[in-house]
Amino acid sequence: MQLVPTSEQDELRSAVRALLDKQAPRAVRATVDDGAGYDRDLWRRLGTELGVLGLAVPEELGGAGAGHVERAILAEELGRALLPSPFLGSAVLATDLLVGLDDRSGLLGALGSGERMAAVAGVLGPAGDVSVSGGGLRGSAGPVVDATDADDLLVVVDGVVHHLDATGPGVVRTPLRSLDPTRRHARVDLDGAAATRLGSLDSDALQRVRDLATVAIAAEQTGVMGAAVDRTVAYVSDRVQFGRVIGSYQAVKHGCADMYASTEQAVSAVRAAAWAADHDPDALPLPAAVARVFVGPAAFAVTNSMVQYHGGIGYTWEHDAHLFYKRAKSDELLSGPPGAARARLAELMKV
Amino acid sequence: MAEENWRERLRTWLAEHPPPPEAHTDVAAAQRYQAQLHDAGYAGLTWPKEWGGQGLGAVEAQAFAEESAAADLPTRPFMIGMGMTGPTLVDLGTPEQKRRYLPPLLRGEEIWCQLFSEPGAGSDVASLRTRAVREPDGSWVLSGQKVWTSNAQWADVAAVLARTDPDKPKHGGITMFVLDMRQPGVTVRPLVDMTGHAPFNEVYLDEARVPADGVLGEVDGGWRAATTMLGHERVSISGMRQRRGRGVTSAALTELAQRRDVAGDPLVRDRLADLYAHERVLELFTDRMRQETAAGVPVGARGSVGKLAGALLAHRGVEVAGHVAGADAVAWEVSDDGEGPGDDLALGIASAPAASIAGGTNEIQRSIIGERVLGLPREPAADRDRPFRDAPTGEVDRAAGSHV
Ligand SMILES: Cc1cc2nc3c(=O)[nH]c(=O)nc-3n(C[C@H](O)[C@H](O)[C@H](O)COP(=O)(O)OP(=O)(O)OC[C@H]3O[C@@H](n4cnc5c(N)ncnc54)[C@H](O)[C@@H]3O)c2cc1C
Repeated sequence: MQLVPTSEQDELRSAVRALLDKQAPRAVRATVDDGAGYDRDLWRRLGTELGVLGLAVPEELGGAGAGHVERAILAEELGRALLPSPFLGSAVLATDLLVGLDDRSGLLGALGSGERMAAVAGVLGPAGDVSVSGGGLRGSAGPVVDATDADDLLVVVDGVVHHLDATGPGVVRTPLRSLDPTRRHARVDLDGAAATRLGSLDSDALQRVRDLATVAIAAEQTGVMGAAVDRTVAYVSDRVQFGRVIGSYQAVKHGCADMYASTEQAVSAVRAAAWAADHDPDALPLPAAVARVFVGPAAFAVTNSMVQYHGGIGYTWEHDAHLFYKRAKSDELLSGPPGAARARLAELMKV
Repeated sequence: MAEENWRERLRTWLAEHPPPPEAHTDVAAAQRYQAQLHDAGYAGLTWPKEWGGQGLGAVEAQAFAEESAAADLPTRPFMIGMGMTGPTLVDLGTPEQKRRYLPPLLRGEEIWCQLFSEPGAGSDVASLRTRAVREPDGSWVLSGQKVWTSNAQWADVAAVLARTDPDKPKHGGITMFVLDMRQPGVTVRPLVDMTGHAPFNEVYLDEARVPADGVLGEVDGGWRAATTMLGHERVSISGMRQRRGRGVTSAALTELAQRRDVAGDPLVRDRLADLYAHERVLELFTDRMRQETAAGVPVGARGSVGKLAGALLAHRGVEVAGHVAGADAVAWEVSDDGEGPGDDLALGIASAPAASIAGGTNEIQRSIIGERVLGLPREPAADRDRPFRDAPTGEVDRAAGSHV
């Protein structure tokens, strides 16, 4: 098992980081302060200029043919930058469903170039009550992550994957208020919306899609953690109280050490799970579950410390600390309560 | 492919040569087994061939760690030599020292201990007071007291830190020596720990002798040798699954939960899963550090992450043991063979604090991470820059903690 990145993987990271360092802060504030949608230009640049939106898509399906280790690197950088983007809906859930279906409709290409954005109902989060009736779909689902900005919707009903034009007749999307202002969710109401049946996935295949999403979310969380550590260390190295920088106080220094220690462990867990996704797919469920159980609470604890060691300024809207805190908590809960994650792990451990 | 063959051969060898049960209680049996391991090519995997090692890489080391975990090898007598003093000799020893000490170390013929801590110098080991004075012939005479020395009851050789120049600031006047433990100037007294066993000792040095070529590293350069060794120590401790903690691992507790018929209890399942995740993630972190080392990225102070996480894990195991065992961890019947079902649990519970004290306490590990990894300001120290002889002392009175 390879837990150390190759030099190509390091280059991928630097390229993504360089772009996001320049572009993400403005995009974050546009969404957080002005309620702007996802930055389509930036998303397209990620898709075309860097070619990183189809990293885990095989070449014969029009992707980059790299892998989940590479996609985890992208996820980490997106998490670091807190970029409001359809990563989870479009580049993870929809993409993995389409890869699972071996879909050649051309949608994978459009998602991979960033030309179109997709969201998925019926895989992560509450199932909703969508059913097939006549030629169309009826019922509602939500929260559906990234549905607000989506061009395409994939709705999974009883293992069958349906494709819908998100802007078509019979589809109503109601934006929801979210804990994390950098990630947009919607309720989707379908009233006889026309849908194309793309194919169906059995429960193992659907579980693989969930496990891959788990790995991507955990990777994103490690990016959140890394940024929280870096920014907190920078702040406590600078802020002076009682005539000394606060990072010289042991309570603060040791807290930073704990933040770093759990981040380094989380990174190891994610690399192992991403490696399994590529090289040992049958064994993926266990490392994916381990990553989720460890990283979820750890990421939130780290961001909580971030707010704490920033003091009052960390509690302001203007400062980014709350965005890390909220991203960490919503990532932790996105696919259900932490107890459910541990229950699944206990199942896999055969307790 | 070559790796798979190697692993396959190792697995076969371990299956055909399991350690005899008495190797865990009888040190001579453990030594015989270690010699067998060495003969088969499974000792000192990553050490240079010329010093009796195998000259292999991280891949084999990891395979060995994985394959040998289940075999429960009798490693305790050799852990200081293998994990700490041996690697330090590889780093800093003279060719003569390596030739003299490494092969018998790997074969288990000579057992090592580490004489650092003193009654007044634990976390602050650089404040040690054991003196080493040079004789006209260049040899050294050591006097002082060491304490909490693991394995000294068996040790043939020690790596000892002593003060060679009290006029220098405290870190500057220390030297590391290789000390023959089998000599009249060395007295070892067992010290019973909170588990009721005596795995560590007090060691009194009363004009103990070290020949001129017994300096490890440079004269007055002992601090560098000490930090080299402490770095190895942190890595080896975090990679080590201590036998004494085996009662409170997720595997043992899962088995216990099934035996007690509480494995269906959602809280028990929840806690076991959480414990397993933490164990697994620490293993993965350790594997990653091993791979980085092999790739030429030194672990350095990041080894403290593993040391700290391992200590927190031991305490987490104690917490989960309570959920699984309930009152069964409080008292139990002893059978005719002198053993009882709660023995391993009790040992796991009582030994957890060792993990957070030995090899540098959790607080010290956090300071190391904060300062050396994250670059935060160092602690203020009252004694760093003045001659050691003027520094304040803080020796403990052990009797003050006793009620008998
Ligand atoms: C099982 C076991 C085996 C051991 N084996 C060996 C061995 O083989 N060889 C050897 O040389 N030693 C050995 N030791 C000793 C061990 O290294 C010391 O006990 C340890 O470093 C702590 O030192 P101390 O006991 O003097 O405690 P102290 O240093 O007095 O610490 C007491 C408390 O104060 C805290 N503290 C101290 N300084 C600071 C600071 N600067 N900031 C914050 N908190 C601080 C500590 O964290 C601790 O909680 C062993 C100890 C144990 C428990």
